[in-house]
Amino acid sequence: MNPFTIHKGLVAPLDAMHVDTDQIIPKQFLKRIERTGYEDVLFYDWRFLDDGKTPDPDFEMNAPRYAGASILLARDNFGCGSSREHAPWALHDYGIRSIIAPSFADIFFNNCFNNGMLPIPLAAEEVEKLFQQTRATEGYSLEINLPDQQIICPDGAKIPFEITHFLKQRLLNGWDQIGLTLRHEAEITAFEEKRAAARQG
Amino acid sequence: MKKNIYQKIWDAHLVAEPEGEDVILYIDRHYIHEVTSPQAFEGLRLSNRPVRRPDLTYATMDHNIPTTDRSMPIADILSRAQVETLRKNCAQFDIECFDMLDPRNGIVHVVGPELGLTQPGMTIVCGDSHTSTHGAFGALAHGIGTSEVEHVLATQTLRQKVSKTMEVRINGQLAPGITSKDIILAIIGKIGTSGGTGYVIEYTGEAIRSLSMEARMTICNMSIEAGARAGLISPDEKTFEFLKGRPMLPQDRSHGELVEEWKQWASDPGCSYDTLVELDAAAIEPQVSWGTSPEMVSGVSAATPILAEVADVNKRHAYEKALEYMGLTEGLPLQSIGIDTVFIGSCTNGRIEDLREAAKVLRGYKKADSVKRALIVPGSQAVKRQAEAEGLDKIFREAGFEWREAGCSMCLAMNDDKLEPGERCASTSNRNFEGRQGKGGRTHLVSPAMAAAASVAGTFTDIRNWKYQD
Ligand code: SF4
Repeated sequence: MNPFTIHKGLVAPLDAMHVDTDQIIPKQFLKRIERTGYEDVLFYDWRFLDDGKTPDPDFEMNAPRYAGASILLARDNFGCGSSREHAPWALHDYGIRSIIAPSFADIFFNNCFNNGMLPIPLAAEEVEKLFQQTRATEGYSLEINLPDQQIICPDGAKIPFEITHFLKQRLLNGWDQIGLTLRHEAEITAFEEKRAAARQG
Repeated sequence: MKKNIYQKIWDAHLVAEPEGEDVILYIDRHYIHEVTSPQAFEGLRLSNRPVRRPDLTYATMDHNIPTTDRSMPIADILSRAQVETLRKNCAQFDIECFDMLDPRNGIVHVVGPELGLTQPGMTIVCGDSHTSTHGAFGALAHGIGTSEVEHVLATQTLRQKVSKTMEVRINGQLAPGITSKDIILAIIGKIGTSGGTGYVIEYTGEAIRSLSMEARMTICNMSIEAGARAGLISPDEKTFEFLKGRPMLPQDRSHGELVEEWKQWASDPGCSYDTLVELDAAAIEPQVSWGTSPEMVSGVSAATPILAEVADVNKRHAYEKALEYMGLTEGLPLQSIGIDTVFIGSCTNGRIEDLREAAKVLRGYKKADSVKRALIVPGSQAVKRQAEAEGLDKIFREAGFEWREAGCSMCLAMNDDKLEPGERCASTSNRNFEGRQGKGGRTHLVSPAMAAAASVAGTFTDIRNWKYQD
């Protein structure tokens, strides 16, 4: 997994609450057995007209000014619904590295970290301000500084954000979580043996 | 110290608490299915890692498989490849698989409890958000992503942060005709789809204690729709009675010995929680969702919302968008909404008791002509056999329903069972998201009894006034 340290990128707005993973990637695209190649089906039902090819001009993210965005702005409860990791895979394949929203659904939030992406929960008023600034200024970009836990706006304003120590270290170092846990293999084995003994005793 | 069930299970499964990291929690049961596991097995192969405990891992095929005749190969090439990949992975890593034609096949959350694989006090995970279903047995059960599936396959553990706990207490007794589906929809209507975020919910109270295990599973199943990490119910006599004699329980102990072990997991009387939510059971009406999120739900006697009365601007915007997608207007009585399709099934309401409830309503009736299609999809092949033994399939067929093989079917419409654009469905599943049951499809979440009644009336109707024919 690639480390996430400081990321600067264009911001795109997705102005909806409760964006569910069915919307991020509809089920017909979950039949593949690969982990990549989902960029063209991200937000499929919203992004394209009924022919499945022509970009829907009413979908805000389709505006040329947001092409190449790597930071997504959204509303409450982003990523709710199914546990499909295809949702963060599709966002990642599309180029998104960080998502800013007032709140995230639990499983989606965890899935992001396993793919080197940073979801940032911010107060609803802060998010609202970012929506306004993004729409008002073409080319609006943010710098996300994970070591300092700050979002740096184009005018120099700094917005601090919270993240747990462990999640931060994992992203900064690009750690493979399985490798990390397997360092505790002896403790897992001891746990299994202790239990087996208790069952017999 | 008095502990609640979550704290007890947590403490008993702590493997290690490395400094500055999330704790390592042992996993007792890992269920897998065809859609969220292929990339996890591929990851194991790439890094040359074995499955640590194939004996604690069980696979089923449910999401992608046809609910029509299964003697032929699956027509859709991608679906077929996915099913074959699971078959191969199970063979390679020595995992037991309830294959499509296995009599034990069915939806993972129906099959686990049915076979006795799900037991009180366990930690259970699956790459599927409705794993919370198993919480009905007093197990700590939740959905995980595919990277975590790989983590559990490789280590039999999961990295976890401790959750806050929420007690949802349902006081008193339900009115006749009201089911556990109405309870959970009413809870979600009250706390919202992110009301449970960061929490593990324990459901308590007189009304919960009176529910059967099937009904309890429906409640825990939809905990995820309230945003909760997991939802559970302390085990009691009903739990033990349900599990008695199930084929995949430990064979080296008697039922009495198992019950002694299981009992200890129930929350201690007088234990505490971080938050309390209370509902009065008697006040819960039959519920019908009207929007595109499970929190957009009301009692059947109500109407769709009036937008000007919604104070929060983001919420008003969401309601407006939902009504538009659903093809509904403001202030429309729910009982005036006509439907085209009925779907009874899913891991929420595809168990034998759900089918009995639907059959009780349908006995002696036929679906309305305006209802183009009505499907009954049992949650497992065992449920199907049981229903046929009781003659329920005849009642359904006579009422004009199609009687199918077990699977997820129109709950998520990955196979051929899906809504056409604009079609309106009374569904016993759990999600009314845009396009969930097919692009442009419109889903209203209801209980099996309400879905059955709607199929006859052609519109939503209050089950409390139903004339049963027996
Ligand atoms: S029935 Fe629906 S919710 Fe349940 S596991 Fe299948 S797709 Fe998921």
